[in-house]
Amino acid sequence: MNLCEKAQRINQKYRAFNFISDQLDRGHGRLEGYTVTVKDNICVKDMRSSAGSRILENYTPPFDATVVSKARLEGAAILGKTTMDEFGFGTFNVNTPFNIPVNPHDVERSAGGSSGGAAVVTSVADFPHLAIAESTGGSISCPASFCGVVGITPTYGRTSRWGLIDYANSLDKIGCMGRNVREAALMLSVISGPDEYDSTVLRKPVPNYLDFTTSTLERFKVGVPKEYFGDGVDKDVSDNVWRGIKKLESEGADLKEVSMPFTKHSLSSYYIVAMAEASTNLAKLCGLRYGLELPLEDNFDEYFSRVRTMGFGEEAKRRILLGTYARMAGYRDAYYLKALKVRTRVIEDFKRVFKTVDVLAAPTMPIVAPRFDEISKLEPHQHYMMDILTAAPNLAGVPMISIPCGEKNGMPVGIHIMADHLEEGKMITAAAGVEAS
Amino acid sequence: LSEKPLEKETVRRVADVAHINLTDEEVEQYVQQFKYILDTFKELDEVDTNGVKPSYHPLSLKSIVRDDKVKEWPWDPFSNTKHREKDYFRGPRIA
Repeated sequence: MNLCEKAQRINQKYRAFNFISDQLDRGHGRLEGYTVTVKDNICVKDMRSSAGSRILENYTPPFDATVVSKARLEGAAILGKTTMDEFGFGTFNVNTPFNIPVNPHDVERSAGGSSGGAAVVTSVADFPHLAIAESTGGSISCPASFCGVVGITPTYGRTSRWGLIDYANSLDKIGCMGRNVREAALMLSVISGPDEYDSTVLRKPVPNYLDFTTSTLERFKVGVPKEYFGDGVDKDVSDNVWRGIKKLESEGADLKEVSMPFTKHSLSSYYIVAMAEASTNLAKLCGLRYGLELPLEDNFDEYFSRVRTMGFGEEAKRRILLGTYARMAGYRDAYYLKALKVRTRVIEDFKRVFKTVDVLAAPTMPIVAPRFDEISKLEPHQHYMMDILTAAPNLAGVPMISIPCGEKNGMPVGIHIMADHLEEGKMITAAAGVEAS
Repeated sequence: LSEKPLEKETVRRVADVAHINLTDEEVEQYVQQFKYILDTFKELDEVDTNGVKPSYHPLSLKSIVRDDKVKEWPWDPFSNTKHREKDYFRGPRIA
């Protein structure tokens, strides 16, 4: 069976893909021998890229996103596009009209979102595979945690966003997943770095992140933020993560409890900023130039509304409406500007603690992957609450990695290692320490 | 944050601005959901933000621009549309 057929098998069993290539073009370089899957909101030339949305169902980009070009230049073969929540709007990858992936550890449970397909393929592929994924508020860490794989979300701007069908310009980060820390670090080394097409990408040199997987943990300072172990965090999840933290200590790291008092406000701040940015970003999707197009029968107001009403799913509409509301005259200062000021407070929290510790360690998610029948009973605001531990680092744009760290009733638990801006190396050193022990 | 109660008329006005058509049932549903969500957001009032600057980005970014030289666009801009007329996109009527 060739790899494209293997991908079809994975799709039949776990519904992880939205598109599978029928041929693999391989090259030479650091990713030689690897196949790479790409989250469906990242453009790959001649592969349908829907971002999980009906409004882009038939969109086929004529170009590669910069991160995809970088992977190809290092020899990677692009295997296909992985399923996701519509535009990334979700925590459980159930908000899409296309494939809803199931968790390889228990098919009655969610794979996590929004990069659910990426985590599933990373978990089950029996061939050399790496995933390109993307996070706005936890969309790499959450599915990595739920599916028991390694997921890296880099510093905001470390990777180019050109070719990403983005929804929140100040929050979106393209990252990666792998079966272990070394492979994820390799992928990060490949996809990071400058790009003349993205004015927000950081012009800092890209180290070889593999070098950090073997660094010592002697005199390494690990901060444990007490707010990340509070109410709502499952005790078994918490206990597993503490075992991981103690392993770091046994390898020479010093532990220090720290406090980040604005953590509890990060979720509201995150959702207001993300929704406000989504409502402006998605304005471009109106049935002109690409995406869903209808007969040009009405005037432009009626035409745009007809296309958008037909093309957007329920959660996309909810976020566009809430984001529009938060930016409207009379509400803008109260919601949007207030949220941006609270974001400053959250960033200050991180900057302050990173003066005294190298990394922070906490649970990635407050629970293990929930069952689909449990998810179907949740109200929208209860879905949003699940991002309580990932909202703050994403709002602050700091790098983070989720690594498998024990399990509860057979379901993986993830430990989250966070570092200061552009300190991916420290984060990888700590992650390799957890993995080795 | 805003103490004004969220009403159906507000949801309809927001939907109009966002170019999304809603049925009466959807308006009713969104009013209820938005009340919960906006109530949750009110907890931001607990944070003292006097004198705090808003963070539009997580890092201080400098705008960087390319040299202003014309470059050939290597991709076909019409590859994903049915609404093409010669070298133009065809759009809906303005009036």
